[in-house]
Formats: sequence, structure tokens, C-alpha cells
Amino acid sequence: MPAIDLDRAFDLHPQVAVRPEPFGALLYHFGTRRLSFLKDRTLLAVVRSLAAEPTARAACTAAGVTGADLPRYQRALGVLVQSQMVVERTP
Amino acid sequence: MTTQPKLVELFEHGLDAPICLTWELTYACNLSCVHCLSSSGRRDPRELSTEECKAVIDELERMQVFYVNIGGGEPTVRPDFWELVDYATAHRVGVKFSTNGVKIDAEVAARLAASDYVDVQISLDGATADVNDLVRGPGSYATAIRAMEHLAAAGFAGFKISVVVTRQNAGQLDDFKAIADRYGAQLRLTRLRPSGRGADVWDELHPTAQQQRELYDWLLDHGENVLTGDSFFHLSAYGQSLPGLNLCGAGRVVCLIDPVGDVYACPFAIHESFLAGNVRAEGGFTRVWRESELFAELRSPQTGGACTKCRHFDSCRGGCMAAKFFTGLPLDGPDPECVQGYGADALLARGDVRPPKPGVDHSHRTAPARSPRRGHGPVPVTITRRRPERPPVSACEESPLAGLDLSGARSST
Repeated sequence: MPAIDLDRAFDLHPQVAVRPEPFGALLYHFGTRRLSFLKDRTLLAVVRSLAAEPTARAACTAAGVTGADLPRYQRALGVLVQSQMVVERTP
Repeated sequence: MTTQPKLVELFEHGLDAPICLTWELTYACNLSCVHCLSSSGRRDPRELSTEECKAVIDELERMQVFYVNIGGGEPTVRPDFWELVDYATAHRVGVKFSTNGVKIDAEVAARLAASDYVDVQISLDGATADVNDLVRGPGSYATAIRAMEHLAAAGFAGFKISVVVTRQNAGQLDDFKAIADRYGAQLRLTRLRPSGRGADVWDELHPTAQQQRELYDWLLDHGENVLTGDSFFHLSAYGQSLPGLNLCGAGRVVCLIDPVGDVYACPFAIHESFLAGNVRAEGGFTRVWRESELFAELRSPQTGGACTKCRHFDSCRGGCMAAKFFTGLPLDGPDPECVQGYGADALLARGDVRPPKPGVDHSHRTAPARSPRRGHGPVPVTITRRRPERPPVSACEESPLAGLDLSGARSST
């Protein structure tokens, strides 16, 4: 399972479009031409908080994800990094 | 996130907007492919205007449709084609267009290669000219290859080569892959549907049972490197599911806008039974997608009929609606190409009942024009406007009075 360092900063790839849906969201990457799904609304909130927060951990906190739920969202972000939907933000 | 319902179940109830959408910009085409699923050839005078097309794109932008699959006919023969492509991409609606390659010269290829928001799909139905041209017409193989050469030379990596798998080319899968590799392209295989003119050739061109099995094994071997547009999900009943949603997306995640603005449940179902509305009506495409009764019905739980008793139902879900419809099979029964053989039984049981005919036909009345014969200059003609509210009469219209206008001059049809 891919894992990311929660204490680093991340962002949505600039070529990714996000479309909220009742079940979560659809993501489309115009560069890789791949479609992805966010399977719940909380994950959508996390992804949307990435840009404004200094770390992925802070984005999770902002979306209300803490404690025992954290590893699950860490893995989900890892999958999104692997597919280039989410990229590490370099200062 | 394993506690969530499976995505396929969520999609069955439909989405606020389609994931992708097929939009056929024109029925005009320079070719007359024998299996054309939209029976294209002649332009329809009621075709959406440039401004109407832009209004549709505005709607797609508001609905956040990520990209449209533009086809036809041959979409690039529309004089405003590039203008519409530019307009769509400027509004963050990506474009993937299907073409036979006729307009892809070096200059166009360079332009396409420069955009991240445009993808190109070249149609090719044989890995050799003889196999391809039998279906797509003389010279069409050379046209497609020339377009690929231009795209490759311009540095357009990963354009698509789209192949309809037939009995004649099913043995050429490795050769198609080699062509794709040669031009740095990605291979896309799709299913032959008995839609449009495809209904006339389906019996002789659809792959044999053994070819279907070989295709399935080949697709499993190549995984996600070969695209299928989810078109072979009926093959999943062999066992292991193929990559993709494995779901009939008609009216749920996909639909078709045809050149005159009619919205159908899927690109393979141009028939009034699957007509949901028209983008010219009040509320536009958005209202059709969200409020049409037909789409609501397609999104409601389907019975699956006899198929639900089959242990493979969960993987193939009864197969393709359009394939059943245009072969005259009940929609809640097996797919005509059911890999368990129930489709073949159903086709036999169908007896002499004639399958429904496609509702719209723009086929060339004769073969498309070849180069002019020597000694025959242009013929002077007087162009008059056809009354737009009067649709053109189909070549198949059976009434001897079809198109006859009793109020004035003699009918020209």
C-alpha cells in the first residue's frame, strides 16, 4: 500500500478537475486522461483542504478526520498521489 | 473505504451529469462504412448551428462534463469543427474526437499535439488494407495510416487507434497492437454493434464464439494497456472481469447527442425507443439528462428477466441493451453474443420476427463521389433552401408519396 508523509504539503494537480457527486466525487486528469473516484464526501473535503493547509495532516483535521480514521485517509491520499491526481507541493 | 457500496451500484442510479458524452456533430461523411452505427453519409439540414453547439458546450461546462467524445459522420468536415474544439477546450471541456483521418495533415497534427485538452482517435478496422477497406471503403486504410504518420511526426504521443472487432479482423489483434506501438499510439478495441448500417452486416461480421473467447483472453493479457470503452463487458461472463465498470451506462453515465440535437440513451441506440429529448427544447441538455422519463426508467432497478437466474449475471448484467434491441431480442433477456450461448438460443427462438430498423438514416444514396471523370466539368445548379421544418425524406421511405409537396413545384426527392 502506498503511504504518504502526512507532515508534507500536497495539492491537487493543476490539470485535475473535481466534480462533486452524491457519493463523493469524480476526478478527471486532463494530462493522463484518467478518471478517478472519491468514494466518500469526507475524502472530498480532505482533498479540497489540501491547497489551503500547510500539511496533509492539517487538511485531514480541517475535514474532521482524526485518530483511528487517519490511516485510512492517508492510504487514500497515497493512491491519489500514485495516479498523479494529487502532487506534493514544493515551497 | 470498503464499507461503501460498490461504485457500479451507485452509477446504476445515474449521476447529476454524464461522465462522458458522445456528441455526433454531423451525419456528413466522406466514407460509407458498411457497419456505421449512425448510418451516416449525408449532412442533415437541421444540423445544430455553430451558436447552438456553443450553447451546448456552455451547458456541459456548467454541468462539469469533463470531456466529450466527438464523432459523426466525419466531424472534421464541419467547417466550424476547429472553432468548436477550441471553444470547448477554452471552457474546460476536453475533447476526444473520432476521425477517419481525412483532414489530419501535418499542420493540423502539429496543432493537436500542442493541446493537452484534445485527444484524437483514428478509426481503423483492419491491420491490413484489404481487411480494412472491405469494411471502410477503398483508400481508407491509406488515409488512416497517413494521419497516424502525421500525428507521430508532430510528437502527439498516445493518440488512439480505434478498432471495431469483426470476424475478419479478430485474428489481427497482435498486428493492430504493433501498428499502435509503431506510432506511439494506444490501441482501443470496441464491439461491433448491430446499430445503424451495422444491423445489415452484423450476422456475417460479428465475431464467432471462438473468436470472442480468444479476444477475451487477449484483453486479459493486455490489461489496461488496451482500451475498450467498457464495450466488452458481456465477455466478463467467461469468469474474470475485464477492466472497467462492467455496466451498461446508457442514460446512467453516458448518452448521445446527435447532429440535430436529439439526445439518445447511448451512441448505439439511435432509435425513437431510446430518444430522451432534444437540446433545442426549453431547459436544454441539462433538463433532458436530469428529467427525461426514459432516463429515469433506465436508472430504475432493471429486472434482468431470465438472466438473473444465471450465475454469471453479476458479471455481465445481461449485456448490451442496443445489441439486444437491434437483433430483435427482449431487453430483459440475454445479449445476442452471450458467452454462455443463451443469446444464440434466443436468436433461434426469435424465428422470423424482423428486428426493429434504425430510426434515422443518412446513408449516401449512392457510393460517395470519386474524383471527377475527365471531360465532366462542374454542373451549374440553382440552390434553393429546403424548408427547415420539413425533414429530409429517408432513402428507405416506403410511401410513394414521400416528400411530395402538393402546394408547389414537383418534389425533387
